Amino acid sequence: MSRRPRGAVLLWLAGLAVCLYLLTQARFTADLSAFLPQTPSAEQRLLVEQLRDGPVSRLLLIGIRGGEAIERAAASRTLASRLQHAPEFVAVANGEAASAEADQQWLFEQRYLLSPAVDAERFSVAGLHRAIQASIERLSSPAGLLLKQLLPRDPTGETLALLDALAARGQPASREGVWSTRDGEQALLLATTRAAGADTDGQAAAVERVRTAFAPLAHGALQLELSGPGVFAVQARATIKSEVERLSLLASALIAALLLYAYRSPRLLLLGLLPMASGALAGIAAVAAGFGVVHGITLGFGITLIGEAVDYAIYLFVQSARSTSLAGFWPTVRLGVLTSVCGFAALLPAQFPGLAQLGAFSLVGLLTAALVTRHVLPALLPATLQVRDLSPLGRRLAAALPALRRLRPLLLLLIALAAGLLYSRQSTLWQHELAALSPVSAADQALDARLRAALGAPEVRYLVVARAASADAALHAAERLAPTLDALQAQGLIGGYDSAARYLPSLATQQARRAALPDTATLRERLQAALAGLPLRAERLDGFLADVEASRQTPPLSRADLADTSFALAVDALLQQRADGWQALLPLHAPQADGRLPDVAYLRAAIAASGVDGARFIDLKHESDALYAGYVDEAIHLTLAGCTAIAVLLLIALRSPRAWLQVWLPLAGATLLVGAGLALAGERLTLLHLIGLLLIVAVGSNYALFFARAQTPDATTLASLLLANLTTMLGFGLLGFSSVPVLHAIGVVVGPGAPLALLLAAVLSSPATEAEPA
Amino acid sequence: MRRRLLSALLLTVAALAHAEDWTLTQLMAALAANPGGRAHFVERKDIALLDAPVEARGELFYRPPDHLERRTQTPQPETLILDGEMLTLERDGRRLQLSLAERPQIAAFTDSIRRTLAGDRHALERAYRLTLSGEAALWTLRLVPDDEALREIIQQITISGNQGEVRSIAILQADGDRSLMTITPEPAP
Repeated sequence: MSRRPRGAVLLWLAGLAVCLYLLTQARFTADLSAFLPQTPSAEQRLLVEQLRDGPVSRLLLIGIRGGEAIERAAASRTLASRLQHAPEFVAVANGEAASAEADQQWLFEQRYLLSPAVDAERFSVAGLHRAIQASIERLSSPAGLLLKQLLPRDPTGETLALLDALAARGQPASREGVWSTRDGEQALLLATTRAAGADTDGQAAAVERVRTAFAPLAHGALQLELSGPGVFAVQARATIKSEVERLSLLASALIAALLLYAYRSPRLLLLGLLPMASGALAGIAAVAAGFGVVHGITLGFGITLIGEAVDYAIYLFVQSARSTSLAGFWPTVRLGVLTSVCGFAALLPAQFPGLAQLGAFSLVGLLTAALVTRHVLPALLPATLQVRDLSPLGRRLAAALPALRRLRPLLLLLIALAAGLLYSRQSTLWQHELAALSPVSAADQALDARLRAALGAPEVRYLVVARAASADAALHAAERLAPTLDALQAQGLIGGYDSAARYLPSLATQQARRAALPDTATLRERLQAALAGLPLRAERLDGFLADVEASRQTPPLSRADLADTSFALAVDALLQQRADGWQALLPLHAPQADGRLPDVAYLRAAIAASGVDGARFIDLKHESDALYAGYVDEAIHLTLAGCTAIAVLLLIALRSPRAWLQVWLPLAGATLLVGAGLALAGERLTLLHLIGLLLIVAVGSNYALFFARAQTPDATTLASLLLANLTTMLGFGLLGFSSVPVLHAIGVVVGPGAPLALLLAAVLSSPATEAEPA
Repeated sequence: MRRRLLSALLLTVAALAHAEDWTLTQLMAALAANPGGRAHFVERKDIALLDAPVEARGELFYRPPDHLERRTQTPQPETLILDGEMLTLERDGRRLQLSLAERPQIAAFTDSIRRTLAGDRHALERAYRLTLSGEAALWTLRLVPDDEALREIIQQITISGNQGEVRSIAILQADGDRSLMTITPEPAP
């Protein structure tokens, strides 16, 4: 008896060492690539990139409310200047006139390189005549005041055209010289973090910087409001951390108290954790070895699944305390383990890496935990076990069984009703939007929407993306898309669009515009002719001649030339370097306030027909929802496949359709009842609920097998089942109270599901009296 | 029911007032009683930069107390709508909207005309020094901005009219350029 266990212990220790080594080699990641399919499409890759480090992911929306408008404006200015010098931010804007003037000055200086109207025709005699006549006519407008100052140097009106295009972009309202909400009740700032959106530590530092910079300004009634993807990530992490700590501490204390009551030995309590810890370690090591990267999401789901492993130790300790052999007990647990393994193996081929990793983790983890319980734990147990005798409790339970079995018709009816309810509601059962997994509270989402709307920084939903080998080629592609997009805008199908090429035209375009500018002598000559019949004398336009000549001489614009303007931000956001080249993003604005584009299919076709290589139309919300919906569908199919595998395995192992039904019915019944309960409570099911249901099958199969094998399990087994069930219910049930969707979903499914599975297993088992001769 | 800029009531008030000196209080009362309506305008701008004045023509529409539209027909169609705090400019199928609270100077300028039309002496005196001359049938109200920043753009605004009806608005800019808008109430249809 002693040789084999010792060998097993050595093997176990060696295995732990290997796992620890693999663990040190593992790369852990918490970014969103967990949601990127293993063979992603271009759209899906773009979606994840945008969420991870796209320009939108770096925006911090800052609001200052309370106090008087003038106080808010002063606080906005101070805050902006402090943040502008902070290393956490690349840009901070609050709408101050100084920056707007710098932008206008820059547009004015670069007008001949930037204006799309500049071509050879524009600088012909006829073109000049037309443009100058239009400018003079515009002087009669009430808005002519600005033009009057510009006219001597810009008689063709290029600056005004550029400003018009910018104004169409929608500027925030302003009060006391800084951005504000439309009602003027709140000053607004927009900051771009240096850290990518997925860099939660970097985002946390940026949020902290804003708070400390604002703290000395928070006198009187002034209050700070912060929003943006980074803020959400930081808050979500803090909430998850605090809730996991609080709930797991509470659950651990309750479970430990329960087990201490049963084991009467702290040593046993610790030994009971060994299978679970080994399983978790082996699971992580297996994922690291198999996938290279371990996602945080896998750990989150997986650690809870491994909770099943605690049950194995409970069965072992309670059974070992009796002198009876374990021979009749192990096969049942073994079949239970195999059942669970079957269920999780079905997840392995999933496209969703989180799901595939979860499958691998649980499969290896549960097997390891079972093996450690079977072969290692016995060797470490003290010679005499002083476990509390639970058989009196078990006998009371056994005595209650006949009464419980009388509930059978009622429970069967309930299960049938649940199945009917789920069937009738199958169309609304599942939550197909990725937002369902978002840990952001509704209040925070409302704040974000309010600040966004006020800042005119709507969520980027529709994009045209142009890929190219170089930054310049990407800009050129963006320029070649402009005619198509302009036409769509003229048709009212889009409200407008942004493009980096507006602020930084491609080299070819800049050169073409420069080439269209005549030399001074030619321009003077043409101007004379062009001014015929107009009330403007050429002598007044010397500034124009000088500026055109200067534009002919200046080197082409590069990204560095934009540094002192707010356009640098726009260019960085809209022109991105990628591993395999560059891409220009052209966000499309909706023509109506509801933010939707009226005819997405037509737009997609129009972009495809534009003939620009590497250009495609993308609806990010559609992509993310489609991706997630695909995962949900896949998970449902794989789970069904897993259930089929479990069913076949049980039929083979039990060799009796009757016994098979006794195992299968409680499991199916428990999942149906929980599912119907959630549907009645109005919860839409997510991927996480599905994983919870899978866990009910995994944990519940143990209970059901004990009842199916022994009809009525003996008193001690009954007691150990109840103990295992209570620990599961406590551990998961508490998660149901969490505000984090991930934890809540698993909790509300497994918390009630585990005791239901046990109850059903007991109620649906055959009475011992039937099996025994009367 | 025909719509007239000058109501019968106003004529009575004006007739009673004629015997006395035409005071600011009377002018404001007459203006405030104006029910609004349509008018044609011709605006001529003398700009030093240009050898000849530019001219715009179109229609005005006023609804007391604070809705004013200027629909230019020539040389380029353009619509400017002042409604409460919002200023909307439409041109070339594009629409630009801004809140007057954001642009205190534009607000001060537009208010000089709107408050005069509404007969809101109190609001006018907050931003301008007012001087009234002439008589009820041909009065002239001169507005000189108090605000220094505004004075750097506009030297003075001269509004003249007959009883409660504004007939012309002349603006003298700080750089010497001037504009004169002549207003002709739309003849009854």
